[in-house]
Amino acid sequence: MENQINKPGQHAVFQPAFDLEICDGCGECAVQCTFNEIRMEPRGEKKIPVANRKSCGACHRCEVTCPRDAIVIKEKPLVLRQHGVWDANALKRVHQQASFGAVTLTGFGADTELPVYWDRMVFNACQVTNPSIDPQREPMETITTLGRKPDSLKNSPKNGSSSLIKLSMPLVFAPMSYGSISLNLQKALARVASEKGLLWYSGEGGLHEELYPYTDYSILQVASGRFGVTPSYLQKARAYQIKIGQGAKPGIGGHLPGEKVLPGISETRMIPEGSDAISPAPQHDIYSIEDLRLLIYAIKEASGYKPVCVKIAAVHNAPAIASGIVRAGADMVYLDGFRGGSGATPSVVRDNVGLPAELALAAVDQRLRDEGIRHLASIIAAGGFRSSADIMKAIALGADTVAIGSAALVACGCHGCQRCHSGKCPWGITTNDPAISQRLDPDWAYQRLTNLVEGWHHEMKEIMGLNGIYDIGSFRGNRLILRGVGLSEKELSVLGIKHAGE
Amino acid sequence: MCGIVGLISSKKIKENGERIKNGIYLMNDRGNGLGAGYAAYGIYPGYEDLYALQIMATDDDLMNETGKFINTWFEVIQEQPIPVWNKKIKDHPSFRLYFVKPSLPVEKRLPGEDSDDNYVASRCMQLNKTIKGAYTYSNGKNMGVFKGVGTPMDIYEFFRLDQYEGYSWLGHNRFPTNTPGWWGGAHPFNMLEWSIVHNGEISSYGINRRYLESFGYYCLLQTDSEAIAYLIDLLIRRHGLSIEEATTVLAPPYWSTIERIADPEKKDYLTTLRTTYEQAMLNGPFAVLIAFDGGMFSLTDNTKLRPMTSATSEGYTYFASEIASLYEMDHNLQEVVTPRAGEPIIALFDREAAQVKQ
Repeated sequence: MENQINKPGQHAVFQPAFDLEICDGCGECAVQCTFNEIRMEPRGEKKIPVANRKSCGACHRCEVTCPRDAIVIKEKPLVLRQHGVWDANALKRVHQQASFGAVTLTGFGADTELPVYWDRMVFNACQVTNPSIDPQREPMETITTLGRKPDSLKNSPKNGSSSLIKLSMPLVFAPMSYGSISLNLQKALARVASEKGLLWYSGEGGLHEELYPYTDYSILQVASGRFGVTPSYLQKARAYQIKIGQGAKPGIGGHLPGEKVLPGISETRMIPEGSDAISPAPQHDIYSIEDLRLLIYAIKEASGYKPVCVKIAAVHNAPAIASGIVRAGADMVYLDGFRGGSGATPSVVRDNVGLPAELALAAVDQRLRDEGIRHLASIIAAGGFRSSADIMKAIALGADTVAIGSAALVACGCHGCQRCHSGKCPWGITTNDPAISQRLDPDWAYQRLTNLVEGWHHEMKEIMGLNGIYDIGSFRGNRLILRGVGLSEKELSVLGIKHAGE
Repeated sequence: MCGIVGLISSKKIKENGERIKNGIYLMNDRGNGLGAGYAAYGIYPGYEDLYALQIMATDDDLMNETGKFINTWFEVIQEQPIPVWNKKIKDHPSFRLYFVKPSLPVEKRLPGEDSDDNYVASRCMQLNKTIKGAYTYSNGKNMGVFKGVGTPMDIYEFFRLDQYEGYSWLGHNRFPTNTPGWWGGAHPFNMLEWSIVHNGEISSYGINRRYLESFGYYCLLQTDSEAIAYLIDLLIRRHGLSIEEATTVLAPPYWSTIERIADPEKKDYLTTLRTTYEQAMLNGPFAVLIAFDGGMFSLTDNTKLRPMTSATSEGYTYFASEIASLYEMDHNLQEVVTPRAGEPIIALFDREAAQVKQ
């Protein structure tokens, strides 16, 4: 029965390969691997690392940390007879399910090959007739304001501008709860947001007291589990978010397993240590749009009329839902596309439910305009943003700002191994196991995130400048800047853009 | 690149198109023969209270269809062809002029058409949208737009502008770059009393256009400059902004400037103006000249990527892309002013003159 580890569905498709001529047998790799893939075995006088060949997920922790640079992660695919339908993924899914009989969980964002529309859109640039602007030499402003705006000057309240949230650039950090990610990372996000004039979201796990100094730049979440929601929680933030759905798992709730409910998390979420933290699929006091209205105004009352954001997953009917949300009194609509990340989600949901953020965003923005209520709420687009170009394309489609989650994790070392749900993140990002989470130095993470934000900010300005635009406000919703490449008439009409060459 | 000229008599003394033509003709190099146009105010005495709808249509059938539309929605007091001299330019649309007032009483109109101005704007948009190939390109009172494909001299002769007497004039010479040179796309663009001529390219057109659509304005003339006329109408007439406020919306102060303002009220005011009208802000190079019933004003972009100069002499204010054109219109200029980037120059009629109906 030695071969049990190779039973169908448990075949790992990666493995570390060791260059034993360089390896000095220090054993660091075996320590670094949190998935027990590497063991040290004596060979003569020294010890050498040996791959267990069953659990490598290509997180690259061993490879990157090896002091001798002696490890390379290699693919170890099963050699299969080629088949157009029953490919490796299809086989593996069935094998796995047949061996466990449960819902297959995964993390990170959807990895299916549905089109990424960001990659099918290109920007315009100035040539001759209007001069491009060099952001190194001339003013280039990306200040973005979020919240409810009047339709005209005469209808604007006195001191109305003070209720708007001012961002230095159209970028916020997406909601990731304490529990799904480590406190160290949350702290780094909060610090960067505060210093750079951005926003960070708490996620639904409550607010740890170490984050209190950064609440002026926070949007705290009220989700279906209501974890950590207290009267003082409802006083602290710059704004609040009601979470209805998440792009990675539209229509279902969340589940933080008891093993991950450690002392700090138990305290912040206000639940007993070791007990499962269940976020129900719907909010059980919101079964209709009028219930949502009640909650929006309850939170406004409790918080002293701070802006309220409602987060929904991008689904087929998103435009009509968004319209309802705006009319129910929300100041912001957070639209999460199906490529959004997740700490733990059933793969069947992650890969098959919801819409690409691009299409949902374009449709929602147009719908709110058609109804003449676009000024009443800001749109925050999220779900799989990988670069400043993706962000600027979303802004041109009509987003007020973009939220990034996965990209922030990647900046802090994540290699996309998609095992966030395991609680064993070797980079100390999506785990709160003290032994592992200490691997993420909060100062290092802070520096990495700062670099990312600054780099992207420069690139955003470049893209504006080469389009001859000095203020992000003229870029926002300016779909003439974009052209589609290789898209159908229908896709173009949903995106509201022309085809390249037109 | 385009050329712009304007002249306004503060006492509303009328003259024909001779001087404005000379002013724009001098800047022939700023155009390429694919578009020129003029606007003149005060040219229809006796019809001051009627909307002068100017129609261009590609053929007679469309012109007839347009006539039916106009007779359905308006009471037509008088209609006539717009006189043209087509010996030189032979390939042109047909033109017709209707003096009208709204035929529907207020209580029977669609929502948003409560005032006569709103009604006319909305019906004209409807006409331009539904009848393909026919356009109302001007619908103000006691004023007209004369434009087409040709050089400024061609268009001047074509519309026989020596025969019109107006107290304020705009002229434009076009060098189209991002949109085709066609009759409807020539400048000036008009909406009710507002006529604009523009030199530049509006990089923010994509969002300006979408913003205008939510207020019922549809940009159908394939030229970015069209949006400016509608923005001005929206901001000043419908939202009640002053000219200064409207120009602040179109060419706003930088955020870095607003942040340095100490007075909290002024800061809040400018922040509100910027955030409320973010989508109306113009980006890209522009110099525009806007004529209206009360006068004329100019505006350039925040970095002044297009030229604009202005000058005064006794009873007159002139605007032009180039100073030489100012002198071409008047040899006795008293003061020549070059506005700073983003700074408007506003010339209004004298109070007495403004009250007298011409």
